[in-house]
Amino acid sequence: MRHVSRFFSRYLIWIYSILAFAFLLVPIAYTVVFSFNDYRRSNITWRGFTLDNWINVCNAQGVCEAFANSILVGVVATLLATTLGTMIAIALVRYRFKFRNATTLLLFLPMATPEVVLGAGLAAEFLTAGVQKGALTVILAHTMFCVSFVVVTVRARVAGIDPALEEAGRDLYASPTQVFLRVTFPLLLPGIIAAALLSFALSFDDFIITNFNSGAFVTFPKFVYTAAARGIPAEANVIASAVFFIAIIFVVVSQLSAAARRKRLAKQG
Amino acid sequence: MAFGAFSGTAAPVATEPAVRKRSKVALVLLLPGILYLGLFFLVPFVQLIITSLQAPGLDIGLYVNAFKIDNYAIVVQAYGSHIVRSFSYALIATILALAFSYPLAYFIGVKLRRFPLLQALGLTLVIAPFFISFLLRTFAWKQVFSDEGAVVTGLKALSLMGSDDHFTGTPFAVIFGLTYNFIPFMTLPIYTSLEKLDLRYVEAGNDLYASPVKTFWFITIPLSMPGIVSGSLLTFIPAAGDYINASGQFLGGSDTQMIGNVIEKNFLELQNYPAAAALSLILMAAILVLVGIYVKRSGTEDLI
Repeated sequence: MRHVSRFFSRYLIWIYSILAFAFLLVPIAYTVVFSFNDYRRSNITWRGFTLDNWINVCNAQGVCEAFANSILVGVVATLLATTLGTMIAIALVRYRFKFRNATTLLLFLPMATPEVVLGAGLAAEFLTAGVQKGALTVILAHTMFCVSFVVVTVRARVAGIDPALEEAGRDLYASPTQVFLRVTFPLLLPGIIAAALLSFALSFDDFIITNFNSGAFVTFPKFVYTAAARGIPAEANVIASAVFFIAIIFVVVSQLSAAARRKRLAKQG
Repeated sequence: MAFGAFSGTAAPVATEPAVRKRSKVALVLLLPGILYLGLFFLVPFVQLIITSLQAPGLDIGLYVNAFKIDNYAIVVQAYGSHIVRSFSYALIATILALAFSYPLAYFIGVKLRRFPLLQALGLTLVIAPFFISFLLRTFAWKQVFSDEGAVVTGLKALSLMGSDDHFTGTPFAVIFGLTYNFIPFMTLPIYTSLEKLDLRYVEAGNDLYASPVKTFWFITIPLSMPGIVSGSLLTFIPAAGDYINASGQFLGGSDTQMIGNVIEKNFLELQNYPAAAALSLILMAAILVLVGIYVKRSGTEDLI
């Protein structure tokens, strides 16, 4: 009896954590499994395995258009937000200026505001200004909420740059532009890439703000929301599963390469 | 990936090297982004204030600028229960997510320290739900807990649930969905705090004959407080404003509608923009007050 209880107290956290991981994965497993369902009208009960949904993804009406729209919005909003955010991050770390605290607050607030408030506010603004809702308003909205996340991500990277490297560049008679392009920017790049990936992920999965500002323009989450009333086609599961696997491969590769780099550095050191 | 956004501590900007004073360059770098946020974050707030005070115009969906402050009284009267419900659901979901996440974050941050690859795998599993569509993962839970699903039929067979009971459409289901969806926001900041936890403090506690419970309560918990605070905020704020989990197409029903559902309905369906705007501002004000109190009491003022 004592053995059993000691075994439990020692391994309890292992058992708990494995169960917790399994719990977190349930909806993912469900979504992936039902992407292979040979469904007829509604993709709710299991009717047998098929690859049809994967081969003819665009068969379900509107799903591929919605996916393409989401990619378009995600790419444009990411480019805009990453540019604006990186510039702010550099200024915040490298320069002293008035209204510094006000600037930090302005960057923090969008992250602390519920999406429904951001969405309703923008929609009210567009309504008053008479701007037709569509792809443009969705892109403008997504860029807005991505900027702060870019600043937070890139700022840590800017702060981590050893100033001696830029000084060395200046000592070797590089112009400020050359120092930026040849030294600062390459050092910032991993942070910028991480920020861009985060922006794209936030934009791609956003529903609440999009719903308020899209009008008739349909993104992938909006397609799923509208379809949920009548039954979500398995093709939507296919797209979500494919996106999931691509993202996971990204994360695993980046973590493995980071681990390899650490090992290499440890050897040199 | 970008864990910076979820970091449990203040961003490491304390060491500011080579701070220059060429404010012209700073202005060029700042201006576009600040103008953008001004135009698409601050102006919408001003617009919400103006809209919330508008009076009905000549036709449905048309409003004229006014100073109709009783719009606020009207929405509080009509939707007070939704406001209370939103904050109760969000609070319960935050507590449940904290209870779920703390041991898991401890496991990944402390127990897996000696195994970097397992640690990376654990983190990947925690953020994995982010990579599958929010709506689809919520819909998946709806199916898992549907009346025909194995869970509900099983519980009914064991007489743990009455034969006429449902799970979807109940407050339990909505709170469950909120908890599940925001767990990674809770786990990551706590992990960030615990990962840096110096275990020598814990050893010192043990050496001084503190019981494991005491060591945990007086050493581990206080040292991970920044993570607990930011995790709770990152869970509570989106949960209070969420309307996907509570919507009828997903885990909710007519008795579980939250403030987000009401704002959506008033804005997009009823075209009652003043009501939607007033509710949005009430939600925002309540969140700012609660967050302010919470941050002050838990003593982590350098969150930003």
